[in-house]
Order: sequence, then C-alpha cells, then structure tokens
Amino acid sequence: MAKQNLELKATSFTLSVLHINHHDLDLVAAELDNKLAQAPQFFLGAPLVLNLSAIQHTQIDFYALKQLLTDRNLIIVGITDASKEQIEQAKEMAIAVVKSGKQAPKAELPKRATKIVKQNVRSGQQIYAQNADLIIFGAVGNGAEVIADGSIHIYGALRGKAMAGAAGDNQSVIIANSLEAELVSIAGQYWLTEHLQQYTLNQRGCVRLDGESLTVESLPQ
Amino acid sequence: MAQIIVVTSGKGGVGKTTSSAAIATGLALKGKKTVVIDFDIGLRNLDLIMGCERRVVYDFVNVINGEANLNQALIKDKRCDKLFILPASQTRDKDALTKEGVGRVLDDLAKDFDYIVCDSPAGIEQGAMMALYFADIAIVTTNPEVSSVRDSDRILGMLQSRSRRAEQSLEPIKEYLLLTRYSPARVKTGEMLGVEDVKEILAIELLGVIPESQSVLKASNSGVPVIIDQESDAGLAYSDTVARLLGEDVPVRFITEEKRDSLKGYLVANYVDT
Repeated sequence: MAKQNLELKATSFTLSVLHINHHDLDLVAAELDNKLAQAPQFFLGAPLVLNLSAIQHTQIDFYALKQLLTDRNLIIVGITDASKEQIEQAKEMAIAVVKSGKQAPKAELPKRATKIVKQNVRSGQQIYAQNADLIIFGAVGNGAEVIADGSIHIYGALRGKAMAGAAGDNQSVIIANSLEAELVSIAGQYWLTEHLQQYTLNQRGCVRLDGESLTVESLPQ
Repeated sequence: MAQIIVVTSGKGGVGKTTSSAAIATGLALKGKKTVVIDFDIGLRNLDLIMGCERRVVYDFVNVINGEANLNQALIKDKRCDKLFILPASQTRDKDALTKEGVGRVLDDLAKDFDYIVCDSPAGIEQGAMMALYFADIAIVTTNPEVSSVRDSDRILGMLQSRSRRAEQSLEPIKEYLLLTRYSPARVKTGEMLGVEDVKEILAIELLGVIPESQSVLKASNSGVPVIIDQESDAGLAYSDTVARLLGEDVPVRFITEEKRDSLKGYLVANYVDT
C-alpha cells in the first residue's frame, strides 16, 4: 500500500499566553518592552496566544495590536477568550481562534461519608456505598451483594458477597458478626467460602489485606 | 377497608395455592367476608383446590378487561357463604395483569370484603409482582430447605422495594413466615432445616408451621381445602395459623416428633400400606 502523502495527527503544544489587560496600546507597548528587555532571547520569535478576556467589551485596534507585536518579533498564532467582534476581526486577519483545554480539576481527596442500612439485605439486592463506608444493621443474605469504596461493617451475619475498597483502597476492612460469606473482597483481592472457612467458621471477625493477600483477624470480645 | 394478603414464595411447589385456599377458608369460617384471587394466569389451579372448577364462567382477566363485572366472575363457595373465589384465566398469560387493572379490581373488592387473599404464581415476573404490589400483609410460604429459603429471601427483598407501600414510602408490608411441608423427623436427622434455622435466616415473624401430611394431597385431589379436615395435623395447623393472623396467641404445634401413641399409629399406617 502506497504511503499517504499526508497524515493528520493531534499533538498538544505548550504555548505562552499573553493577557492583554488594557485597551490603551501605548501602555501595553511600554509594559511589553519592559518585559522583553528582561529576557530578550526567550521571546525571540515566540509563538503567542493572546487572551483578550479583560478587554472583551472595549474596542481595540486589532491591526495596531498585531503590528505592535510583530514589530517586536513576536508571532501571534491565535486568540482566546475574545468577543464576537474580535473573533470576526481575527478571522479576517487569518489568526486562529483557540480554546484552552479545561484545566485539569484538582485531584480532590475523596470525601468519605457513611452509608447506613437499617434492614436485612435480601437475596438479589445490591447495595453500593460510593465513596463511603457501609454499615448494615441486619444480615446480608445468600445471593445479596454489599459493596463499598470504604469499609463494610455488618451487625448481623454475612452470608452473601461483600466487596470493600471497591475503588482500590487497600486499607478497607470487612467486619461481620458471623463470617459465612459466599465471597469477600478487599481492593480486588478475594476469597470464596472455601478459602474463608480455612480461617474462620461462622465467627465474628475482621477481614483485611495483609500486603497482597487477605487475612482474618478475630475481634476483641 | 379490606386487608390485602398476598401468599407468595418465589419458588414453585411449596404450597402457595394450598395455603391460600386454607387461609381464605379459615378466615371465612371465622366470619370474615373473604375473597381469594388466583393470580396464576395461564396455569390456574386454585379453582381445583377449592373444588369449583366446573363453575368457572368468567375470570379475573375478563373483569380487568371489562368483559364481565365482578358479580359475574365471583364464585360463591358451597361450604361457606362468606367465601368467594375469583379464578384465573387459563387461556391468557401474565401480561394480561396490568397495574391499573388489578388496582381497580382490588379497589372494587375492598368495598365489600374484609380480606382479599392473593394467590401468587411462582417466580418474580409480572404475575408475582402484581400479586404482591398492592399487599398489606405478605405470607411468605417456605419449605424447610435451602433453595426455598433463598427464594423467599429474594421475595422479601421485592416486597421491600417493588410494592406499592415501598414505592409510596408508606408503612411497610407486614411480613409473615409460613413454614410448610415440615417434617420433625427429617429435621432431627439433619435432612431438613429446623424452624429456628429458617427464622434466623429470614428474620421475619413466624405465622405458622404446617406439617408434611398425606391429608394435604388427599384434600387437593378432592377439591376440599385442607383446613376443613380438622382431623389432620395440617388442617389443625392451618386453623392455628388463621387464628394467629387474626391476632390470637396460639402456641406452635407439630414441630417436635410425635409421641408414642401417634408413632404407633404411624407404624400401623405404614404396615397397612405395605
């Protein structure tokens, strides 16, 4: 197959954004000269995006602005946060209109709440405590599933499936008055009944992760 | 206003229809005006157990579709004038039961009756959902074995999430456990779950324990609700169950092995059989 003569690929670049905060171009020019004087090499031929958000509602002479920057060896590759009129003007002058990518939201610490269920969880029912610990006053029946991103506390028998640390928190635990589970899982590590019963026979206990593998701890009476 | 009772189980063959017939008859014998409705559209059996299969002209689906009125479809019991039967259609399927239609019929019945007993089909599909949707009281019929107990647990979950009372955040359905086909001898040998085991797993109030009995099959085959047979353990146990449903405090019988003389009776019966 013949090689294509062109290819379209998306790549992201880091560009400097020049915020124009005043419509008086003489003031802007004076300040810019100051800035350039500090690091003339850095700005030489630098591609710039103009952010016009501060002067969206004022008339500016676009041609003069462009000239001002070109005179100083700066290359405008686009404008952003501009008004409709400004965008029209930019188009006439063959300047691209760009949109800045949304700023990556700050990685929020997951808010840990508690979900409380005051009844038996019956076969076929599924309860998920998103970003929360799960407390159940009652039993979890065979064929029922309880899932939490945090820990799971069951004040009753656990006969169904319990999955703690569903979002990967390996500090989560599963505590039940009677561990008769079909399946227990913490942060993806799981045991079925058979394996669980090597450690406990329908007793009160706490299932937690010890390194990579699960373990059962007895609880103080 | 009538109390709507659903007799349900999830699993099939545990004794829902037998229990519906017995409990409805028991309520009527206690002077309560009672109607028992067969929700098992397409597999109707209640009319056989009640011994009125030859008198079915119109059925539940006809009433829902407006093809007959209630008085045409209701069959008056021959043994008790307080008891009526609303049979299922044998030629339709469960999709004929709509929430609006069932709700309208139950509303109409509620004006005239003290108790409406809904005999649910097995499963968790449309028929079973419609039978339990409007209920005030649920009698969860369970055999003392693991699959039946698990299915009952599933149905209890449905009662708590899919019923009218759950959807409208009203006071929850009152749930009762009815343990049927109970055999103390087999519990003792570990072949069957005991009353306490089932109570612990399902965690609902025990309404009654019906012992495994030949009289149930005999009653079904002759079209007489087993509660009429007051010489059988099962009949007596159903009478106790109805009394408890009406708020009487009656001790649970037939949950321990029979004493000597009835054991002798059992041996003699077996001897005669062989």
